[in-house]
Amino acid sequence: MITSSKRSPLTYLVHATVLFLVVIWTIPTAGLFISSIRDKDQLSVSGWWTALSTSEQRIVTRANDPETQTKEGDLFVIRGNLLEGGSGVVVKFGSSSLKPEAFNVETLAELKKGKTLQVSENGDYVLSSPDEWRGSRGQRIFYTAEIPPRFTLDNYREVLGTEGLGQSFLNSLTVTIPATVIPILVAAFAAYALAWMRFPGRALLLASVVGLLVVPLQMSLIPLLKSYNLIGEFFGVGSKTYVGIWLAHTGFGLPLAIYLLRNYIAGLPREIIESARVDGASDFDIFRKIILPLSFPALASFAIFQFLWVWNDLLIAMVFLGNNEEHLVLTGQLRELLGSRGGNWEILTASAFITIIIPLCVFFSLQRYLVRGLLAGSVK
Amino acid sequence: MAQLASALMTMIVGILGCVVYFYGSNILLDKIFPTKNRPAQDVARNLRIANNVRPWLFLGPAVLLLTFYLFYPVIDSIRLSFFDRSGDEFVGISNYVWLFGNDEFFESFQNNMLWLIVVPTMSTFLGLVIATMTDRIWWGNIAKSLIFMPMAISFIGASVIWKFIYDFRSGGDAQIGLLNAIVVFFGGEPQNWITMPFWNNFFLMVILIWVQTGFAMVILSAALRGIPDETIEAAVLDGASGVQIFFKIMVPQIWGTIAVVWTTITILVLKVFDIVLAMTNGQWDTQVLANQMFDWMFRGGGDFGRGAVVAIVIMVMVIPIMVWNIKRANAEMEGR
Repeated sequence: MITSSKRSPLTYLVHATVLFLVVIWTIPTAGLFISSIRDKDQLSVSGWWTALSTSEQRIVTRANDPETQTKEGDLFVIRGNLLEGGSGVVVKFGSSSLKPEAFNVETLAELKKGKTLQVSENGDYVLSSPDEWRGSRGQRIFYTAEIPPRFTLDNYREVLGTEGLGQSFLNSLTVTIPATVIPILVAAFAAYALAWMRFPGRALLLASVVGLLVVPLQMSLIPLLKSYNLIGEFFGVGSKTYVGIWLAHTGFGLPLAIYLLRNYIAGLPREIIESARVDGASDFDIFRKIILPLSFPALASFAIFQFLWVWNDLLIAMVFLGNNEEHLVLTGQLRELLGSRGGNWEILTASAFITIIIPLCVFFSLQRYLVRGLLAGSVK
Repeated sequence: MAQLASALMTMIVGILGCVVYFYGSNILLDKIFPTKNRPAQDVARNLRIANNVRPWLFLGPAVLLLTFYLFYPVIDSIRLSFFDRSGDEFVGISNYVWLFGNDEFFESFQNNMLWLIVVPTMSTFLGLVIATMTDRIWWGNIAKSLIFMPMAISFIGASVIWKFIYDFRSGGDAQIGLLNAIVVFFGGEPQNWITMPFWNNFFLMVILIWVQTGFAMVILSAALRGIPDETIEAAVLDGASGVQIFFKIMVPQIWGTIAVVWTTITILVLKVFDIVLAMTNGQWDTQVLANQMFDWMFRGGGDFGRGAVVAIVIMVMVIPIMVWNIKRANAEMEGR
């Protein structure tokens, strides 16, 4: 590479620029993760970058029921705590929505008809009245409190349970695992044939595979949807089945799989294969005993590609699996939530994080193979 | 769990099926045309036949799948584009006439062109710059890994991540979207970025650039490492500056790779769908062809004719790259 002396200002500039870019590239994901573990009330009023600082929140609550009142001297008194055991400091309070911050904490607020309200910093309040408290619901109290940062897994509990992410997670696994394994097998045989067997039409077939690499999925969707409806009707199983989507992903993944594996297998040393042939091994034996073990890196590369592609796919899942509850995959579920719970960031951030966590783990643990696959698939 | 177990079962059955097919068909072939303990001319004949048949046993499943999932649908899409919404009645070129009189199509087409110019350019440029810089610092691999990471995130996940950044609160409420918070911090007015016509396209493109830069970086970085050191050393000896070396020595040598990266991202851009669907669903002048196609496929029970026409437009835009790819692959295979 370019040689430059270690302490030149240019080197510092490079460090700074790369750091800046890395920060830009990671901050969106970091923000998502931090938000997903924040308390949902805090999340909706303050940015995630303030997650570690105390936030000021305006809250409305109701005092205890009139049933809990006690008589102290001439007055009827209701006592309780606004924060209900949570930590935080009350700074202001009020009794009407027009003036929610009418009084400073600890002051004695005079309400109508001789009633009074006093709130202390720790949230304890005292409501008193010369007359008996009536009605079934407690008096409304508005207050502003400084709440320390709260982190919680509640958001995850909620989305995995009530929002159906748990089921979708299973659906995604159900779709992804077979849709990753089947194309590898089919493609490996084809790649071997294209690399080491002689037959008429080989060049044409190879050119077709390269051509099909870039065919937009959109071209296939409508005819396949029609075919699937017909086939589903014929077998009486409906058009949205797991087998259907496995095969669809297999079909769409094959060009890349064949291309990648053929390039790799064609690059294996000719001597090994020829000497095996001389020893009387059939093509099937050669494939099974020599090619498969030697092509492991290429197989792994493609497997990672296909896994990420299938797991992250939305289009094929929406067309071939539909969006009814029991078939919805994670990406589809996330899209539904984006529509129905658009403003509930605690739901969206936690759901999004669940959908990306598996691919991220795969990415970081198997990055080596992914890079190798990318290079084999495009450079040259 | 029962579902996962059944998925695993099906997978095992599927794999066994494949193994049985490949194994069985090969053994069958050897049984029908035996090559051992036979008269010489029989052996020669059988061997010839077996060798002619075997490749097709290996290729069979792949060819069938490719035909059913890619070849045939492409032909059928072309046919359907001349048929009505249900695909039953021939309507001539009326779908095409509709398309070219359709405002939404022109909007999508324009936006697609914008995407095609901006996203591959920015991704490739940023990828190249980052690749060059990270190769020169000791923590470059960590930096690369982090910039590459969005590759693993689904477009819909990325859309949620960025929608959160673009979040807008009206009135005096505290902004929880990072972009608006920064704008407010510098004394600006918060904006609803997603609904801002024309410019919102760019906010959507940022997402794809964010995802794709890592890809460009990884490939270009490998290409940069493949540059022979002598060429750079010679330039250094001749007194070339860093910038000169970069543009006059390094970039020309990896021109082929840059083209590959560019075209790969271009194809991806043509198919981009998830991001637009999730962010705006084509509202506020952000429609693109792939989303419009999807829309027509299901709108009001689905209009297959019009959907197919939009798909064909995408296909036509891909064809030049396809031809170039095939030529390149052929040239490369002749070299072997």
